[in-house]
Amino acid sequence: MADKVLMKGNEAIAEAAICAGCRHYFGYPITPQTEIAAYMAKKMPKIGGTFLQAESEVAAINMVYGVSATGHRVMTSSSSPGVSLKAEGLSYMAGADLPALIVNVQRGGPGLGGIQPSQSDYFQATRGGGHGDYRMIVLAPASVQEMASLTVKGFDLADQYRMTTMILADGTMGQMMEPVALDFAENKAPAKDWATTGTDMKRPHNVVNSLYLDPAALERVNFERYERYAYIEEHETMYEEYMMDDAEICVAAFGIAARVSKNAVNEARKQGIKVGLLRPITLWPFPKAPFRAAADRVHSFISVELSMGQMIEDIRLATECKKPVTLCNRAGGIIPSPEQVLEAIQQAAKNGGAK
Amino acid sequence: MDTYKRLTLVCGHYGTGKTNVAVNLALALREQGLPMAMADLDIVNPYFRTKDSAARLEQAGIRLICSSFANSNVDIPSLPPDLYAITDDRNTHMVLDIGGDDSGATVLGRLAPAIREEDDYAMLLVVNGYRPLTRDAASTMEVLRDIEAACGLRFTGIVNNSNLGVETTADDVLHSVSYAEQVAQMSGLPVVLTTVDERLYPALEGKIPQLFPLRLQDNRIFLNE
Repeated sequence: MADKVLMKGNEAIAEAAICAGCRHYFGYPITPQTEIAAYMAKKMPKIGGTFLQAESEVAAINMVYGVSATGHRVMTSSSSPGVSLKAEGLSYMAGADLPALIVNVQRGGPGLGGIQPSQSDYFQATRGGGHGDYRMIVLAPASVQEMASLTVKGFDLADQYRMTTMILADGTMGQMMEPVALDFAENKAPAKDWATTGTDMKRPHNVVNSLYLDPAALERVNFERYERYAYIEEHETMYEEYMMDDAEICVAAFGIAARVSKNAVNEARKQGIKVGLLRPITLWPFPKAPFRAAADRVHSFISVELSMGQMIEDIRLATECKKPVTLCNRAGGIIPSPEQVLEAIQQAAKNGGAK
Repeated sequence: MDTYKRLTLVCGHYGTGKTNVAVNLALALREQGLPMAMADLDIVNPYFRTKDSAARLEQAGIRLICSSFANSNVDIPSLPPDLYAITDDRNTHMVLDIGGDDSGATVLGRLAPAIREEDDYAMLLVVNGYRPLTRDAASTMEVLRDIEAACGLRFTGIVNNSNLGVETTADDVLHSVSYAEQVAQMSGLPVVLTTVDERLYPALEGKIPQLFPLRLQDNRIFLNE
């Protein structure tokens, strides 16, 4: 039989997390990410791991805090409303410099919203979600294979930089099925000399905490943390460019919107329109450099989003508004069609970059 | 399948392709001239439902018995209001699309006494050896037993729908035959159909017994190239 397996995006995240050495999962069921919890419930007991359906999202994220403090790889997953509930815990983890993987399989909002796919938590994810000065690495998969590979990568980044990494997917990515190669070597967390693992009477106590009694000390860790963030912005951006070499129009999209957009770009190319796709894979750090470079070559940008227009602000910031950026979007759980994106491309071609 | 029972129950591990198998079975049975209905009893999965094929079924003259909340934002396990037509309307042949795993099969419990009493049903276990939790016969048997326990009915046959989605090759299907045979051997049930994407059918015709082509629900916006 083939080496690949056919998986739902949610299952791919769960299996990849196990491959990455994660043995602790805490969560709470919510559509459309419930398969992650269901998969963990089936597999964790068989491999000596912990699956715990917490009494609430708030409890789950605090369990993640606790396990992370002991140096073990740990994750939680939810969908939009549940991630809002986790926001306090995310801020506390940032304040305590704790690594973990957080998964948000987004659904339409705000409020309880709906259960259909959405990308309207972009602001929440890329700006941290909770209170205080902090960042979170945000990865946006656009295939079931990437749901798996970015999960493994997400654990590595979290450990490397001692911060939370979020997989920002949407309901479609979570539910769709595609073949996946799970050929990651079993990978383990690096040594964590900061973890609360017991001193053996050989070293001072490690303390995991986000409370600082001295304002100067609190200021110092904030500055140190932002030096780390600057390093990440410099070294960890990921993106995909498609037909951008001679492009006069740049379509920007991530996740499921990028897949729809790719179809539209292919169709527009057949009609002789020079258009390409720039797909951010890291939403934070946002891939500013390729957008800056594209701004010198293209006459306009189109941001395709399943939201009322959130990433569009990062495009304008990255390009310093050098070229017009228009929005092509659907909201409330509806996915833009390739035809809608194609029309936006045709319109941009007609306008030729006129503001 | 040589004989057609009035009820065909399509069950299995979630994500094995039950809905596509069920829709295509209903269409094939309708082509035999049978008065047909199709019931979507999936209480597990709110996405990718039989309702996606509503137009195709209607065109073929197949009545769709389906919760009015399928494909909507109502995230509760809901059943169609005309549920009891399944067991009361004995003049109509029906294919039942049941939700995944034992949790999905629970829905059959309330219908099971009437189904057993009428005793004119086939209950098919759809299997896909390329799914991570049913990669071998032993783990597939776990699913089989869990479903039977949940719904109070016994399977009568196996449908081998082993596939890797859009990347499936004819070889992938051929290699799955021994897996399906092992499931058959362990369960004592016959492999009644091997189902393949209709585009692979010509390459496999004559090589696998009871080969059955599937026309899949349209998900084109997710595909690239």
